[in-house]
Amino acid sequence: MNLFHFFLQNYEEVLDSTLQHLWLVGVSTLLAVLIGIPLGILSAHRPVWNKPVLGTANIIQTIPSLALFGFLLPVPWLGDRADRLAILALTLYALLPVIRNTYTGIRGVDPAVVEAGRGMGLTDRQLLFQVELPLALSVILSGIRVAVVVSVGLATIAAFIGAGGLGQLIFRGVAMVNNQLILAGAIPAAVLALSADFGLGWLEKRLRPR
Amino acid sequence: MEQTSANDPVIEFRNVAYALPSGQRLLSELNLQVRRGETLVLLGRSGSGKTTTLKLVNRLLTPTGGEVRLNGAPTAQGDVIRLRRSIGYVIQDVGLFPHFTVERNIGLVPQIEGWTSKRIHQRVEELLRMVGLEEQMASRYPHQLSGGQRQRVGVARALAADPAIVLMDEPFGALDALTRDQLQREFLSLQQRLNKTVVFVTHDLREALRLASRIALMEGGRLVTILSPEDFLRSSDPLAAAYVRAFRDGLDSTTNRGPS
Repeated sequence: MNLFHFFLQNYEEVLDSTLQHLWLVGVSTLLAVLIGIPLGILSAHRPVWNKPVLGTANIIQTIPSLALFGFLLPVPWLGDRADRLAILALTLYALLPVIRNTYTGIRGVDPAVVEAGRGMGLTDRQLLFQVELPLALSVILSGIRVAVVVSVGLATIAAFIGAGGLGQLIFRGVAMVNNQLILAGAIPAAVLALSADFGLGWLEKRLRPR
Repeated sequence: MEQTSANDPVIEFRNVAYALPSGQRLLSELNLQVRRGETLVLLGRSGSGKTTTLKLVNRLLTPTGGEVRLNGAPTAQGDVIRLRRSIGYVIQDVGLFPHFTVERNIGLVPQIEGWTSKRIHQRVEELLRMVGLEEQMASRYPHQLSGGQRQRVGVARALAADPAIVLMDEPFGALDALTRDQLQREFLSLQQRLNKTVVFVTHDLREALRLASRIALMEGGRLVTILSPEDFLRSSDPLAAAYVRAFRDGLDSTTNRGPS
């Protein structure tokens, strides 16, 4: 039985796992964006926050993923459901690129543009939403792109704690020494990562200020 | 509201000092009055405090001593955003918003102020004509313009909400000599029509002589003297004289290259 036939026969399971995988990556990326962009703005505007925020995100990044999943397992509400736990861990990992790129993007806005805006009487909020964020958007987006690509890979490990996703197929394949099963998980994961990379990269280029 | 007459200064510095948080003093004991409709040029080298002085007017900086008054009222009181919208601000690097068209750049403050889009559009057309740009420039982006065109848009943007006061920080400093000359000439004819109160920063004596009603000479964070352009050329003040000498040497430079 070749790989093609395998996919045909098991497409329901592969599809389910892919959707689960997308759910884990999607929700965690959304959370990372919702938390990371405000933190990035904060550290760009208030230099005192820069070191603690980026430092913490950096340290989280250095914790081995398997260990993080393990650490979080006994936490009461989180440990109840494996997908909650996986989403939290993936969110934590995705924070760093989002925060760092938001910070870099906003700090990279031409100081003359900010000075002119302030001198014209824009409020801090107007300056942020009309000037700084639009000009930083492509840099922020490239951070999100990194976060998504890394998350797609990391989410396969979430199957270790029973959170489902494409990692499930891979783990089973490893246990049964079944290469087709491993590929059935690995190939969709790679396709997801590549298409996210390509799609967000295209968007990033479209939004880049001239 | 205090009663103001035509002779009252529009901008007044009363014993103003400005120091950085580190304690470094950038400006000391500044007393200065800007009259209605005049072009006061702040002349000095870099580090003399002229840009600091300018930024104290629209509160991009806050004085650490003394007070700045606008039409008799201290700027420290009142809404800083209102204050800035009532003052035009033009800087050397222009600072056009690169993601906005020329029209949106010029119309941003009117738009925030809630003007109708029709009124904004008319105002933008009027301003473009005023600064010598064609109407089809309105839909261009800043990166599609030349340096001179960009600064014209910068001036138009500063005039958008028709402020009575305009602050200009070396607006023509980054332009080539011919474009600068042209913009200076247009500034003069514009100023004749509009009669704004202008505070203009430059390090170029030629520009100061050409544009100023009065020249305020600054050095090391202090005001040295205020003179009309005619008096400046005859001044016995050593620093003013040094400026004039350097300026004349520049003019005579083909015949005066020193010992060779």
